[in-house]
Amino acid sequence: MAASRSVLPGFGITLGCTLAYLSLLVLIPLAGLFWKSASLGGAEFLAAVASPRALAAYRLSFGASFAAALVNAGFGLVLAWVLVRYRFPGRGIVDALVDLPFALPTAVAGITLTALFAKNGWLGQWLEPLGIFVAYTPLGVTVALVFIGIPFVVRTVQPVLEDLEPEIEEAAASLGASRFHTFRRVLFPAVWPALVTGFALAFARSVGEYGSVVFISGNMPLRTEIAPLLIVTELEQWNYAGATAIAAVLLVISFGLLLGINGLQRYGARRLAGGRAA
Amino acid sequence: MSTDWILPNSPPRAARRAGGALADPPWVRALLTGVALGFVALFLVLPLATVFLQAFSKGISAFGAAIVEPDALAAIRLTLLVAAVSVPLNAAFGVAAAWAIAKFDFRGKSLLVTAIDLPFAVSPVVSGLVFVLLFGAQGVLGPWLQAHGVRVIFAVPGIVLATTFITFPFVARELIPLMEEQGSDEEEAAISLGASGWQTFRRVTLPNVSLGLLYGIVLLNARAMGEFGAVSVVSGHIRGQTNTMPLHVEILYNEYQGAAAFAVASLLAVLAVATLVLKRLLEWRMGRASCAARERGHA
Amino acid sequence: MKRSNRWIPRLAVAGAALLLGGAAAADETLLNVSYDPTRELYAEYNALFAKHWQETQGEVVTVHQSHGGSGKQARAVVDGLEADVVTLALAGDVQALADRGNLIPKTWQKRLPHNSCPYTSTIVLLVRKGNPKGIQDWGDLAKPGVVVITPNPKTSGGARWNFLAAWGWAQGAFGGDEAKVREVVGAIFRNAPVMDTGARGSLTTFAERGIGDVMIAWENEALLARNSLGDGEFEIVVPSVSILAEPPVSVVDTVTRRKGTGAVAEAYLRYLYTPEAQELIARHHYRPSDPAVLARHAAKFRNVELFTIEEKFGGWQEAQARFFGEGGVFAQVLAGR
Repeated sequence: MAASRSVLPGFGITLGCTLAYLSLLVLIPLAGLFWKSASLGGAEFLAAVASPRALAAYRLSFGASFAAALVNAGFGLVLAWVLVRYRFPGRGIVDALVDLPFALPTAVAGITLTALFAKNGWLGQWLEPLGIFVAYTPLGVTVALVFIGIPFVVRTVQPVLEDLEPEIEEAAASLGASRFHTFRRVLFPAVWPALVTGFALAFARSVGEYGSVVFISGNMPLRTEIAPLLIVTELEQWNYAGATAIAAVLLVISFGLLLGINGLQRYGARRLAGGRAA
Repeated sequence: MSTDWILPNSPPRAARRAGGALADPPWVRALLTGVALGFVALFLVLPLATVFLQAFSKGISAFGAAIVEPDALAAIRLTLLVAAVSVPLNAAFGVAAAWAIAKFDFRGKSLLVTAIDLPFAVSPVVSGLVFVLLFGAQGVLGPWLQAHGVRVIFAVPGIVLATTFITFPFVARELIPLMEEQGSDEEEAAISLGASGWQTFRRVTLPNVSLGLLYGIVLLNARAMGEFGAVSVVSGHIRGQTNTMPLHVEILYNEYQGAAAFAVASLLAVLAVATLVLKRLLEWRMGRASCAARERGHA
Repeated sequence: MKRSNRWIPRLAVAGAALLLGGAAAADETLLNVSYDPTRELYAEYNALFAKHWQETQGEVVTVHQSHGGSGKQARAVVDGLEADVVTLALAGDVQALADRGNLIPKTWQKRLPHNSCPYTSTIVLLVRKGNPKGIQDWGDLAKPGVVVITPNPKTSGGARWNFLAAWGWAQGAFGGDEAKVREVVGAIFRNAPVMDTGARGSLTTFAERGIGDVMIAWENEALLARNSLGDGEFEIVVPSVSILAEPPVSVVDTVTRRKGTGAVAEAYLRYLYTPEAQELIARHHYRPSDPAVLARHAAKFRNVELFTIEEKFGGWQEAQARFFGEGGVFAQVLAGR
């Protein structure tokens, strides 16, 4: 690892500190996780990560995260569009509020959503007579994950919409394209890498989410038990190796997502740059 | 390399435009605005309002009693203490990492950047678990620590560690793109004029990134004070000793003290709102600063 | 911003307390790691014991408390939570300290009277006002359409008693026809839409969130809910037969040896057996082990045919392995097998 011939000092010390801090705080502890799960044999590992209960938990965690990310992709795109293109009173406040799920502690979000959607809550009392049960169902898990994921799509799409060259759209319009056509042919191709990135970010965050979900989910094995909770439950039953095995699976999947998102970002940046150069 | 995606927002870019030939028909406008505002009202405004209404549901004196209760005060104190340790640690790390990554080229750089992101990808529960595996009495280092009377897990150090782990990438993530964008010309000039490395950093680099640094710290602090999953795994839940505010909220909630739980939760919600306001202010300042810089560049 | 005047002193108190740190330094501190519903009992008992210790020994003792699901708490102690004493929901969890952590001798249960259980309880059924679903006994919980609330026996020690109580009743009711027992007990637990991780979570679900027709609860929790939550909103149904729930206590030897708190820790537990403490225990709705105190509170503790875990299941170790281990009977009947 050699620094380029920069005249700036401090490469060695800053990189050294970074690597030391990173290793001590993140890499070594995470390595411990894999080391511990490796104490299981291959067959035991498989039994731990593929038990019916674990499979049900992944299904819920990934399914609800996927659904929530889809909801956020739709509403997030609309929200970003409205915030960038329209002017209305309170726009600044709405724009600032979008980050609330990020700033509000997850436990607070969890008890609040449960209070809202429970049978006797403000929303629950109207929804339950209609046969819509939110609290303590997979739908409740999805609602919590929608809340958690709101900032991601909006904040990845917003800057792309802001940077769009109005000339292209104007040209399309002057050539007689309908608004819908312009959107499909001009806007959407520019926006979709950001949209997919935002979707993936919301999804990745949701898969590991714990605090906001445990209160509203009901935690019923096989039905409303998310994967992170299963880790805690396994731990409480002395099944350290089983808990770490499931944790390792989650970790590998989220890391894969992370790499994918980084790749998408580079792809999106290249496209944007390429588009400008052309 | 674009690395600013994980943080929910980055400083605003060019001024926004609207209108002209791009105006949507009024009904589309109304429909989209309605949908967007409805979504915001349902998922953001309503929960925020609920926190405060529930907090005062048993009256203002019940609210006050819940806050000044000794266990609540201890939780507030611990939360402040944890933030007071992990925020400076991660800020210092973030600055060092950003300097190495943004100002120099070396092999394995993108791997390092991805490694810094790792805590974002890890479920909070897993981040707590790794420290139990490492420092627990059954863990790798546990027996040795116990023999030497050092308590990590189920004590304040464990809570600080888990929080620091979770909030690890914030400042680095904020500073790396900012420093990359600014390049190293000014620093190189300072060095060639005979400034020492430290002087250059303090007089040239730091002023240039100070707003970004502050921005990262604001987000870092919000997350550090609000972390639940990871801290819950390593805390031991000793009342008045190892309960942070979010854990105290959980306990009160599970003990059928809903109003008290929301009272403490409302303090955290105030923190969240303060974070949003500060963030807005900083973005506004940064937007102006970057405009000014651009104009200077054109001149 | 305008605040009413009485806020100012309050805020000042809060600020001062924040700055000054915790209470005055105590001569000795103990940590009592307990399960969920004992919080009020031990909050009061700690004060009682501190007074007694001050009077007899002239020393100040501060007792800290940690509460959570019983199994989770045992694991935390094995993982290094420095408990001087544990007061858990079942012997199996205390036994884990001996088996998995080597923190206490295997004979721990013989060290204190009544198998180290200063108080007992039993499992009853908590229903809503007027008992709209007409719940009379365990069998009614298995009917379709009855919504049952119980914590998860996997994570909650208390809920394991719930399961065993239902199982013990079913064994008697169906003359040991195991297939029938499985079917009915499975139906009861499949009627549970929510399984919180601890007893307090379940009570919140049932009472605050309004979910469920009947909650399987410890007698002390049921009495607490009936007496202090809502005005006559809940009624207690005592089943025809139930289990004697025996929550044991123990000193954690390795910790007290290291901290030098052995004497005060043991005194803390022994004092639980004194008439004053037993009176306090009865007030908190646990059945006192002292017959004289129990007799004084006979009106509260209904007479019910009780079996013990020893009689029906051969003790905790066997019950734990058979019912609650990985792929055990609980998991099987929950899946409808």
